[in-house]
Amino acid sequence: MEIDLADKTLLTLENVTARYGDVQVLWGVTFAVREGEIATLVGANGAGKTTTLKTISGVVRATDGQIVFDGGHIDHLPPHQIAARGIAHVPEGRRLFPLMSVRENLEIGAISSEARRLRTGSFARVFALFPKLKERESQMAGTLSGGEQQMVAIARGLMARPRLLILDEPSLGLAPIVVREMFEIIQTINREGITILLVEQNVQQSLKLANRAYVLENGRIVLEGAGSDLLDDQRVREAYLGA
Amino acid sequence: MKKSPLYLSILSVFLIAAPFILTARYTQHVLIVVLLYVALGSAWNILGGFAGQLSLGHAAFFGIGAYTAAIIASKTAFSPWWALIAGPAAVLPVALLVGWICFRLRGPYFTLATIAVGEVVRLIALNWTTLTGGAVGVVIRPSLLSGTSKLPYYYVVLVIAVVTVTLCHLMSRRKLGYYLMAIREDEETAESIGIDTTSYKLRALALSAALTAMAGAFYANYFLFVDTTTVLPLALSVEIVLIAIIGGLGTVAGPVLGAVLLKLSSEIFRNEFAQANLLIYGALLVLVILFMPDGLMGGFRRLFGVGARKSQRVSA
Ligand SMILES: Nc1ncnc2c1ncn2[C@@H]1O[C@H](COP(=O)(O)OP(=O)(O)OP(=O)(O)O)[C@@H](O)[C@H]1O
Ligand SMILES: [Mg+2]
Repeated sequence: MEIDLADKTLLTLENVTARYGDVQVLWGVTFAVREGEIATLVGANGAGKTTTLKTISGVVRATDGQIVFDGGHIDHLPPHQIAARGIAHVPEGRRLFPLMSVRENLEIGAISSEARRLRTGSFARVFALFPKLKERESQMAGTLSGGEQQMVAIARGLMARPRLLILDEPSLGLAPIVVREMFEIIQTINREGITILLVEQNVQQSLKLANRAYVLENGRIVLEGAGSDLLDDQRVREAYLGA
Repeated sequence: MKKSPLYLSILSVFLIAAPFILTARYTQHVLIVVLLYVALGSAWNILGGFAGQLSLGHAAFFGIGAYTAAIIASKTAFSPWWALIAGPAAVLPVALLVGWICFRLRGPYFTLATIAVGEVVRLIALNWTTLTGGAVGVVIRPSLLSGTSKLPYYYVVLVIAVVTVTLCHLMSRRKLGYYLMAIREDEETAESIGIDTTSYKLRALALSAALTAMAGAFYANYFLFVDTTTVLPLALSVEIVLIAIIGGLGTVAGPVLGAVLLKLSSEIFRNEFAQANLLIYGALLVLVILFMPDGLMGGFRRLFGVGARKSQRVSA
């Protein structure tokens, strides 16, 4: 699993804080994702994983700290400009546009002019990755099964031609066999050169997959290391793997 | 448009020939009113139906268009028909200001804010007496088209309605339409996948307001009288919304059907019992909610299986 990674950081969060109204949720989150790797962020329910991802994509504003993507500060940019820099965020719970067809959902994902220009190729690519979606092309997204919806959500993210794909709990609510399939697809996407930041409940699988892993607790990173190392870490085993 | 050339050609021939077949002045008047409301319902639908931003303040845009005509007529030597262009131009800065204020709010709060905007514009018009004539209103002297014939008015409003519906149709198949629908279905997701939601909502508002103002400018030129109770009441905003809702939100044909149904029935029943308008609207609304919760368009689709959404491509 040790890939020779060019040591270039693609994304850095430094002391990022965030709040919802009066409630502070992130208390200085610091971590980095290097180009070409799969990084994972694990943690208990309510730890602040989704919030961290939202501050990266700009839907939630960081109240303090810095977020740097590809050498440029993005913490003060509106979401559409962050997306334009090459970050695609596949949100928790899929959140498709349910009354639009699968194809329309994917079309909308091709958001930049560059992505729109390349979309014929993008369609071929996502349909190769998810052959099922080709069959369901004209079906309304809201009528798909949970697993199919997750595929559309990921495919919609890929249509943007991102450099960094952020996945928030892609395995949520899926049957074990589909989960395995999903993790394989994530690896395939990564091998095609897309850096991945993965948030997962499925700690075991995601640590196995990840080059680098971070453990988030109460809005702070409390542990970090290679995915395989954390898998053996006693604290992680006790807190997240039930062993 | 390519898909249904036959029924469109029949419709076009009918619309062009209508005033020669229906020669009674009153009938022609009803046609003009119906077309005016086709334009209003369709224009509102861009913002309310496609983008899901339920405005109850569109009377403000209508009124600004109408007052533009009135002011041109009373203060300048130009023809008030110029308001067909000047009205939309005058409404744009107002629309952008409204958007800047109201788009901070979502859902019912947005709607309440648009009601406030409508009332503010109405009160300004009522009190800025030197410009608007205040409560007395403005009588517009007949100009250009004002012979006794209704034909010229019919064709002008036909063009306005056709332009508005065509813009809706084009929009619904293009990027703008899809982005607006994405915003309607899930604004946060639309934002996070990279749609500049504020900008697209503003575009929808600007287009919707400009077309509404154009209809307002026509209204003033046709009825030749403008005051706050005729062109700026909240009831007008409500009426426009009802047309779109009863016809079918976010569909191109919905507001057309809604306007035909509502305005025809209200004109027909007006002779029977005056002031029954609202009663009829209420009754129709209840019927639609009970039997066609997606509006007339949704009902037709289910009854005849027509217009089921096929995969459409977003074209550049
Ligand atoms: N929109 C919101 N308004 C107020 N509080 C929120 C909001 N979203 C999240 N929170 C709170 O912020 C904290 C962190 O939530 P977050 O969704 O980031 O957790 P998470 O790690 O993704 O959890 P999960 O594993 O359950 O998805 C929680 O206590 C949650 O209640
Ligand atoms: Mg979460």
